[in-house]
Amino acid sequence: MVKDFYCGTSLTSCNSVICLRFSAACCGCGVVVGDLWIGAVGTMITLTNLTAGYDRRPAVHHLSGTFAQGTLTAVVGPNGGGKSTLLKIIAGFLRPLSGSLQSPERQNIAYLPQTCEIDKSFPITVFDTVMLGASRTLGMLRGASPAQREQCLHALEAVGMVAFANRPIGALSSGQLQRVLFARLMLMEADVLLLDEPFSAIDTRTTADLLQLMQAWHKAGKTIITVLHDMHQAAAYFPESLMLAREKIAWGATRDVLCEENLHKARLMAEHWHETAEACAL
Amino acid sequence: MFDIISPFTDYAFMRKALVSCMLLSLGSAPLGVLLMLRRMSLMGEAMSHAVLPGVAVGFVVAGLSVPAMSLGGLVAGVIVAVLVGLVTRHTSLKEDANLASFYLIALALGVILISLKGNTIDLMHLLFGSVLAIDNTALNLVAGVVATTVTVLALAYRPLIIEAFDPIFLQSLGRRNSVYHLLFLILVVLNLVAGFQTMGTLMTVGLMMLPAAAARFWAQRFLSMASVAVGIGILSSIGGLLFSYFINVPSGPAIILVAGGMYILSLLFGRWGSIRARYFPFKHLQS
Repeated sequence: MVKDFYCGTSLTSCNSVICLRFSAACCGCGVVVGDLWIGAVGTMITLTNLTAGYDRRPAVHHLSGTFAQGTLTAVVGPNGGGKSTLLKIIAGFLRPLSGSLQSPERQNIAYLPQTCEIDKSFPITVFDTVMLGASRTLGMLRGASPAQREQCLHALEAVGMVAFANRPIGALSSGQLQRVLFARLMLMEADVLLLDEPFSAIDTRTTADLLQLMQAWHKAGKTIITVLHDMHQAAAYFPESLMLAREKIAWGATRDVLCEENLHKARLMAEHWHETAEACAL
Repeated sequence: MFDIISPFTDYAFMRKALVSCMLLSLGSAPLGVLLMLRRMSLMGEAMSHAVLPGVAVGFVVAGLSVPAMSLGGLVAGVIVAVLVGLVTRHTSLKEDANLASFYLIALALGVILISLKGNTIDLMHLLFGSVLAIDNTALNLVAGVVATTVTVLALAYRPLIIEAFDPIFLQSLGRRNSVYHLLFLILVVLNLVAGFQTMGTLMTVGLMMLPAAAARFWAQRFLSMASVAVGIGILSSIGGLLFSYFINVPSGPAIILVAGGMYILSLLFGRWGSIRARYFPFKHLQS
């Protein structure tokens, strides 16, 4: 794997910084090490003793760790466990109360919030909604090029919504709207994708299709962090998992994280709430 | 049989009023559509009250002078908009509550300022306008504001649409929502101030919101919706001015009543989402 990565054939086969360091030290096939190193750091997300929350109450408490480049991670845990808060922090919507976060610049992050404030009666077509994803490259004045319109159609095709391109979004079901938002995410061309419970209130067929799409993004080398409720989905589709119940319960390979012991620990943490908590000594 | 051309050819004040109202429709109606799509339809109403203390200061300092009162109104409106934005961002109170609070304070302040120097007739004039008072200065002001509005709307079209449609998405693009939000509010204030000579601040809101609300029933894309709104605004201006000329009633309310009539017709018979479309639909399509 190391050799494969180092000879430049596949960047995605390497998924940890330690591996990169190791390869830099041991492999001698002459590829410029510096560039690869910078590329890897570019889409890696490192949390150092991060605490975040609202009104002094920590929702994420002293969390440290790394989402390595190209990983597909499910963030699981009980309600109120800080999963959404963590995504908001990484997306730059919320500032940490303490600790630090190293993440790629915002242009390289695409974020799909849990409750989008989209007004479905807004007079906009499906095609234009997806095209908004290209706003970063288009800037605020330029019109879309034929290539970008083509790309937009490809994205719509990938989510199975081409036939709806010219319809107003008011005509869509919530599952169809989610497909459209996935297509918009694709047009943003970001290397880091953050999705907050993308499958809540979505039918099984759509969920299956969109999970397939995420697999394809993973193969293309994207770093993907998804908040999930369904442990079976996490187990079936996500190589890595982070179990969060305000504090980190476990983080690593999904099969190790989703064990009965960790689930029990998470439940205990969720039920544990001090009305009059003291200031944290850490 | 009424002659609907001669009032405009015979009287210069009718011509000026017509040009002024048609221009106002061109600037205000698209802003009204954006306000409506942001579910901020009552915002214009609130802002029209918020400009009053500034207009009053202009009135106290310089009498019934269009530039002084317009400048005052603009400053007051922008101050209220900025304060509402700041308080909303830095406290837990929502925007509508802050807006209501600030515009009421501004309105009371404005009425007190005017009562210190003028009388109720002046106040009525400021609130409801008078077409007879439109001079070239007022007309230039309207033209300048409308040109600015249309230019800014054209340049900031995309972010303004995204901000109305999906504010979180605009934020995730790394854009500063508050900048566009403020820019938009300034445009709203500018148009209200431009209209106060012709329609009065209270009635200008009508030319902003009624055509927008009516257009909702006729279009499914923003550009067509805004165009329909402009058209309805212009038709209402012509109809209202004629109405006021022949029946001898104040022009501002007459224009708004005609626009109101168009709104009611639209909600009854409009193409999309009207009473007709909902309860008496055409035969359904094949599946």
